[in-house]
Amino acid sequence: MSRLRFATVWLGGCSGCHMSFLDLDEWLIDLASRVDVVFSPLADVKEYPENVDLVLVEGAVANDENLHMIRKVRERTKTLVALGDCAITGNVTALRNPLGVALEVLRPVYGENYPDEPQIVPVLLDRVQPVHQVVPVDYFVPGCPPPASRIKAVLEALLDGKTPVLEGNEIRFG
Amino acid sequence: MDLAELNEVAESERSRQKPMRIRCCTAAGCVSSGSLAVKQALDRAIVERGLNDYVQACSVGCLRLCCAGPLVQVDPSQELFEEVKPDQAPTIVQSLLARSASDGVKRGNPAMPFFAKQQPIVLENSGIVEPERIESYIAAGGYRALQQAIREMSPAEVVDAVTKSGLRGRGGAGYPTGVKWSLVAKMPGAQKYVVCNADEGDPGAFMDRSVLESDPHRVLEGMAIAAYAVGATQGFVYVRGEYPLAIHRLQVAIKQANKLGLLGSGIFESPVNFRIDLRIGAGAFVCGEETALIASIEGKRGTPTARPPYPAEKGLWSCPTLINNVETFANIPPILNKGADWFASIGTAKSKGTKVFALAGKIRYTGLVEVPMGMPLRTIVEDLGGGAPDGGTIKAVQTGGPSGGCIPAPLLDTPVDYESLQAVGSIMGSGGMIVMDQTTNMVEVAKYFMEFCMDESCGKCVPCRAGTVQLHRLLTRIAAGDASQAEIKQLEVLCDMVKHTSLCGLGQSAPNPVLSTLRYFRQEYDQSIKKGRISLI
Amino acid sequence: MPVKTLTIDGQLITSPAEQTVLDAARLHGIKIPTLCHLDGVSEVGACRLCLVEIAGSNKLAPSCLTAVAEGMAVTTNSPRLQEYRKMIVELLFAERNHVCSVCVANAHCELQDLATAVGMDHVRFEYQFPKLPVDVSHDQFGIDHNRCVMCTRCVRVCDEVEGAHTWDVAGRGHNARVITDLNQPWGDADTCTSCGKCVQACPTGALFRQGATVAEMEKDKQKLAYLVESRARRASK
Repeated sequence: MSRLRFATVWLGGCSGCHMSFLDLDEWLIDLASRVDVVFSPLADVKEYPENVDLVLVEGAVANDENLHMIRKVRERTKTLVALGDCAITGNVTALRNPLGVALEVLRPVYGENYPDEPQIVPVLLDRVQPVHQVVPVDYFVPGCPPPASRIKAVLEALLDGKTPVLEGNEIRFG
Repeated sequence: MDLAELNEVAESERSRQKPMRIRCCTAAGCVSSGSLAVKQALDRAIVERGLNDYVQACSVGCLRLCCAGPLVQVDPSQELFEEVKPDQAPTIVQSLLARSASDGVKRGNPAMPFFAKQQPIVLENSGIVEPERIESYIAAGGYRALQQAIREMSPAEVVDAVTKSGLRGRGGAGYPTGVKWSLVAKMPGAQKYVVCNADEGDPGAFMDRSVLESDPHRVLEGMAIAAYAVGATQGFVYVRGEYPLAIHRLQVAIKQANKLGLLGSGIFESPVNFRIDLRIGAGAFVCGEETALIASIEGKRGTPTARPPYPAEKGLWSCPTLINNVETFANIPPILNKGADWFASIGTAKSKGTKVFALAGKIRYTGLVEVPMGMPLRTIVEDLGGGAPDGGTIKAVQTGGPSGGCIPAPLLDTPVDYESLQAVGSIMGSGGMIVMDQTTNMVEVAKYFMEFCMDESCGKCVPCRAGTVQLHRLLTRIAAGDASQAEIKQLEVLCDMVKHTSLCGLGQSAPNPVLSTLRYFRQEYDQSIKKGRISLI
Repeated sequence: MPVKTLTIDGQLITSPAEQTVLDAARLHGIKIPTLCHLDGVSEVGACRLCLVEIAGSNKLAPSCLTAVAEGMAVTTNSPRLQEYRKMIVELLFAERNHVCSVCVANAHCELQDLATAVGMDHVRFEYQFPKLPVDVSHDQFGIDHNRCVMCTRCVRVCDEVEGAHTWDVAGRGHNARVITDLNQPWGDADTCTSCGKCVQACPTGALFRQGATVAEMEKDKQKLAYLVESRARRASK
């Protein structure tokens, strides 16, 4: 049986969801035996590869790089899981949205010397968006961060070729 | 005041009238195009020509063909002058003496289908009586029905007459008026109220305004008859603040009626008391919803409450309250004067009488029409309204305002009655009728009405407050060509939810313009999707 | 005491005649989600979460405002109702800026619990991200309009239980806001007795005690119900 091509992606988020993923501890060893990690901030891969089976996406779509990345991820991946509140709701990453467009947020922080070098600093989008408002998402795993047990439940189902079902307290924001 | 005195007032008014009357429309439409100056100029011209003893100019209500205002009509010849300017007044007065073919004043045709196919009951005095003179209304037979009710009929007989007439509420929902009256009449309690809902707010609707500006006493008389029938001693007219002329004429009318003992204490020298006060709306559409209207009269924030209890049971200050629309009350005096059977003989099996419509939009003759129930929509828009102007074709007719729907041209043979309009996905509504031609984008129409509902939602219940915002956003995206097919699906799902879960009629009917345009003009929604897709690539 | 016999979700129930469908259901362990309902104050039927189906009626009825009736057959949890409820909760989340992870009421929030109860794992509507103020002019309490769901529980508890009527609603539609006095800063509201009932009544983190940080604002609704009940008992003595 061919191993699942597995990836994790970190967009506009605090990496807390990835930390929670690492909290899977020894189960990660089980996971490693069943998947090939083809892309992840935890792995030294520069380009998101083709033909990925499963990706966990942490973070909201906050800048043009996120936008470019998530479109590529969607194109090249069979199953996309939005991991955590930032990916699902915008959460803390989107706290800037009510304040106005990107410049209105950058100016008070950086004055007139706000970072806008093209190709060096990703340009902020005027509005931070949850992932599913940019590309279709297959499954949602809420939580800030989602506890490791919740991530495990979803991954186990997907690895077994089943549809993950989160119910009751397993669907909980915050 | 008794019957003899009433007849005396009528007689003296009639003897005061000159052989020739120049009736000058002073309802809001014509006033806004300068009819007050026309009236003054006519007065001057009559004096200058020394015709004081033969001719008089009077300020009357709506002459109905609003698109051709200011309108002036002459008795007894019925000659109709359109788009009259003050400097044409001497020419009009001159024409009474010697008719000249081409004097530069535009003549209308009082025999054109716009007038000939109408059947005025509610508007029978409109453009004929002087709205600010009670004597003029009395001379036209006014307050006779009230006298008859109070002096010759028992309250139960009045309710029976209204029930037998088959009259249904003209505010839009079409609840049988007689049933409503008997509910309130049967309720125990010493204190009951009668409320006239004059908070007309549908975009494009101006029937109630015209009735109030043209014949305010008819509405007051209808209310007084209702008060006698149900046992109420206090009435309110809740009129929208944007109708200053209607408010003024109601104030004048109430004052005059009180002075003559036709309202107030001991009406027609009976023990019947009925006082009417005005309450002015502050610009919220939702206050036309009866429970919100009640809250507003009570001095509270105008938000709807759940029904039941219905106002008939627990209304103003928790007392039994009868609420009817302006046009409903205006139908009452003729029902008593001419009999319930006469009224029931007009219209269809289930929708009796006539309905006043405000014809507007892409149509040659805009204005007020009153037609018997059951008249095909086509007759109204093509014969009375003259069809689309400038060689256009009619695409759809919108009835019922933001609560109604768009009826497509192939269904124009639909008869105008409560059930038929509902069957084609619209409603009778209060009488707004907006005609659209081939240039109208139906997604934009739906978006327009949704924006209206979004702005007018009171914000109390979640589906209406937040749902209309999301519906409007979806329609904006679809209209701009930015939406996906999935968003049309979402639009439909959300419409269903808002319709079935909202607290009051505003929210429950807010999706109707979307649903009816989706039903008949689906391709326009789909086309904007395709367009969007192409421009994206 | 006159009683009515009815069925709720197929369960045969006998209930006092003056009871609402919501009360009857709760008494028998049938959960109907609510948000604007608060024990001890009047019902407004505004959140529409407690809508139920009643056999023979084509309209959904708010169970908080519907009295039980003899032979009534109530369905509280059809797929259609579940879907409507989910959409209502989604609409609430999309309407203002509800960020559970940084909220004082995190883990003690009725809106958060509702999302769980209706199975909302994401919001299908576009977030509005409105710019809304936070008023901390009061020396003990604060209001964060970002988290307000317009349930008006504060308005009712202040009017009906405290008798101060400091709170009310201004504006309409999506611009409606709860206000103190005539839209004065809370700290300037002369009618406020600083009793804190509104804070206890608030289902979310919109009304909070100052100094509370993330997840610290636990509320005690039982106190309000207890207060109202004790008063009623004393009045009937």
